[in-house]
Amino acid sequence: MSTMAFLKRSPWILHYDASSCNGCDIEVLACLTPLYDVERFGIINTGNPKHADILMITGGINEQNREVVRNIYEQMPEPKVVVAIGVCAASGGIFRECYNIVGGVDKVIPVDVYVPGCAARPEMIIDGVVKALAILEERREKMTGAAQTKESARQAAGEST
Amino acid sequence: MTWTWLIGAVLFLILAPIAGGLIAGIDRKITARMQGRVGPPLLQPFYDVGKLFEKERAVVTTAQNFYVLAYLIFIAVSGALFFAGGDLLLVIFAFTLAHVFLVLGAYAVHSPYSHIGAERELIQLMAYEPMIILAAVGLYMVTNSFYVADIAVTTVPAILYLPGVFLGFATILTIKLRKSPFDISTSHHAHQEIVKGITTEFSGSTLAQVEIAHWYENVFLLGFIFLFFAWNPVIGIIAVVVTYLAEIFVDNVTARVRWQAALKSGWLAAVLGIANLAILSYMMLGGV
Repeated sequence: MSTMAFLKRSPWILHYDASSCNGCDIEVLACLTPLYDVERFGIINTGNPKHADILMITGGINEQNREVVRNIYEQMPEPKVVVAIGVCAASGGIFRECYNIVGGVDKVIPVDVYVPGCAARPEMIIDGVVKALAILEERREKMTGAAQTKESARQAAGEST
Repeated sequence: MTWTWLIGAVLFLILAPIAGGLIAGIDRKITARMQGRVGPPLLQPFYDVGKLFEKERAVVTTAQNFYVLAYLIFIAVSGALFFAGGDLLLVIFAFTLAHVFLVLGAYAVHSPYSHIGAERELIQLMAYEPMIILAAVGLYMVTNSFYVADIAVTTVPAILYLPGVFLGFATILTIKLRKSPFDISTSHHAHQEIVKGITTEFSGSTLAQVEIAHWYENVFLLGFIFLFFAWNPVIGIIAVVVTYLAEIFVDNVTARVRWQAALKSGWLAAVLGIANLAILSYMMLGGV
């Protein structure tokens, strides 16, 4: 089971705009255009957290959407990774002093990959996703490993009784 | 002789997911080329389904898994009946029942997106059901049998008698293949509107089952297209390929319509089918 690894061949992405100026969002969408065509790698932009493997967030978190971001993150089934795109998603960026900004994405949910830039370039975003895939694969192995340990423990307990 | 029907059914159950997945892969590749993109690998649909089986089993309510499994089983059964040469009407009823299970699965969850998807799936059922039954009636009028085994070996060129029925069937095929302009219940292009429609609340292996059922369904529908050209298998296969390519083309050049337009189109197709059958029966009675 653990050697199959279809996950990194078919990462489905959920894109959420926390409070971005739309600069990074346009660059995320540029990745889907014929020029960059991320579907070459099996990447699909889904609108549904329950179908997603990678959560891409642009912009800093504000007071009104911190619950939304948490909710979306929790709806995604394991294994999952979070990619923060652009400097605002990393730290709040130019907006960090604003009264309504909480800060970077990592103030609310754990972030695995930070893609720098203002705005982040499509090449950088694709590179960030590739880095995220390695982490995703690691989590999958850990998950199946944990399931196997649980299963063998259950069998051992079953045999002893 | 008595065992040949079983071979067709078993071959369908084993080979249809492979063929269906490959067709989906070719479909995505051609779609990408039409949009000026490179597109995913040919085996991408298999990677997707394999991935879904690797994901966590996040279930909202256990009833939904039961309904989706029933959907998969009844789609497989209706396709197997078809390729076993069974009664076309029974095939269609099993096929409809399968979709009713899918709708029930979506209604089992308290999610507005899932419910909108389920409602739209019901509307789609209403839109294509008259036409699919008329197609069976038309094939009966030409070949005097509802059995696929008899229709498939007929020497009558059914398409020449049933051009209207065929056009109507091609129209509802767009609904059945979940392609634009009628992809209203599981939209690929309306993320903000209905999220993912009827499949919104299905994830992981449950979503994978929906996908596999769709592969079975596509192979069955292409088999149905073949029946119109069954008198000459070579022309039949060419017709199936051309019809599917036309569906991909329509998918890429049209925008999604409202559900009202989808319903009207489905029933307009049925009217075309009825007109065809009326003329046909007049000719038969008139002794032409």
